[in-house]
Amino acid sequence: MAGIMRERFVEVTTELLATHDRLALLTADLSAKLFAGARQEYPDRVLNLGIREQLLIGVAGGMALAGMRPIAHSFAPFLIERPFEQIKLDLNHQDVGAILVSAGASYDIAGGGRSHQSPGDVALLSTLPGWTVHVPGHADEAEAQLREAAAGDGLVYIRLSNQANERAHGLAGGGGHGFRVLRRGSAGTVVAVGPLADTVLAATGGLDVTVLYAGTVRPFDAATLRAVLADQDEARVVLVEPYLAGTSVPQVAAALSDRPHRVLGLGVGHEEVRHYGTPRQHAIAHGLGSAGLRLSIIEFLGTA
Amino acid sequence: MTEPRFEDLHGLMAAMTGDEKHTTAATSTLDVLWVLYDRVLRVDPSMAEDRDRFYLSKGHGPMAYYAVLAAKGFIDPAEFERFGAYPSPLGHHPDRVLVPGVEISSGSLGHGLPLAVGTALGLRARGLTRSRIWVLLGDGELDEGSNHEAIAYAARAGLDRLNVVVIDNDSASHGWPGGLEQRFAVEGWSTARVDAGDHDGLEKAFAAHTPGRPALVVAEVEERSTSH
Repeated sequence: MAGIMRERFVEVTTELLATHDRLALLTADLSAKLFAGARQEYPDRVLNLGIREQLLIGVAGGMALAGMRPIAHSFAPFLIERPFEQIKLDLNHQDVGAILVSAGASYDIAGGGRSHQSPGDVALLSTLPGWTVHVPGHADEAEAQLREAAAGDGLVYIRLSNQANERAHGLAGGGGHGFRVLRRGSAGTVVAVGPLADTVLAATGGLDVTVLYAGTVRPFDAATLRAVLADQDEARVVLVEPYLAGTSVPQVAAALSDRPHRVLGLGVGHEEVRHYGTPRQHAIAHGLGSAGLRLSIIEFLGTA
Repeated sequence: MTEPRFEDLHGLMAAMTGDEKHTTAATSTLDVLWVLYDRVLRVDPSMAEDRDRFYLSKGHGPMAYYAVLAAKGFIDPAEFERFGAYPSPLGHHPDRVLVPGVEISSGSLGHGLPLAVGTALGLRARGLTRSRIWVLLGDGELDEGSNHEAIAYAARAGLDRLNVVVIDNDSASHGWPGGLEQRFAVEGWSTARVDAGDHDGLEKAFAAHTPGRPALVVAEVEERSTSH
């Protein structure tokens, strides 16, 4: 079933194709049916390549070399992990731009098992230069990120998920990719990434902590993190990421390299869970439910 | 200054010294590169948007490519003395960001053809239908599965501006029973096989055009590659 973010992606992309004549949309069967109408309208710019993910990225690179602005879309494991060398060479090394839009996230397809889950996508892209990585927590954020990416020419990854927050925290207080302050406190700072923000707010209820919201993690907003930590004696940072735990710990360490700090990276565990079930059950298994997060955060801060 | 001839290319290549080990791989492409740049491609250093494009997928042994680009005015042969050196734009695999006239950065096998399929689609979407594209691969390179994703799709998409040249020096470890062109023919490509040393034959094969079909030219080289 298509989630709300993916539906919005289809809707907005279809609209953008009408106004951006260099924009192209590439699929490898997954979601292709959702673009059937757009394909009829723009047969040269809406292309379904069949189940060929290496070609998906290669074609995106080749189209960009011809002056097009390609969007390539599939589920995260088939978009990022399977054709990773194509991302490195056909996009980065050719010095061209592209927009990669994934669905499925870390465990949206919980019942699909390991093959359909991609907790490592952001960590993988973090090994390459130049990528803007968006982890929208709401369909409105995904839409804004997509519109901006379509108008630009850089390398942009938009990680859609069926998990979402009630409100679009990332659109509060004007534009920009910077972190938003959701709550202020003095005992520590929790950075909530994308769809985990509402869970983090619930988990930190009554705790004296600052909660930052990150809808974009690359580039990492070191300036805002440093600013909220400026008046805290000891910099204590908890990262809560909806993908591989610790993915952005190096970014926090770099941001705070000139001052003593402690950092805890929470996220999807490194081990395979080898269970099916629901996304909620997987969140709990990885300690990403509100109770699990609260325990981890309290233990780290050493406060009750 | 007289226009460089084919006979001058070996002299240009000899200027690139060092521990380059892909000598056979380099010379196997020389005839095809020369015929393309001397007689077929509509491209010059101005790199006009509607130019023909040449993608060297088999990026190892690029000395012949650099020599031809120098002969045609894209790069300065004085650079050859620094071939492979740290500050040189000319490495053992070409980088499009560093070398004028180089359309793609290559080295890892199996990337040129998928990129060319994308470029053919992109040019078609932009209405730049005059541009034709040539991609040069080695027969061993066809082992890479990414090529087969591209071979199948290119024909289904009717990319008749797309042309593949495979240098066949029988270097695929497990061979291609029935000839490598069968892999293309079954997908609907037009195919031809030419002796790589026959410049007129190559030119004729490159000029052929079948509406609605991408084209393959197999350029046969006798000496087996010992590049690895």
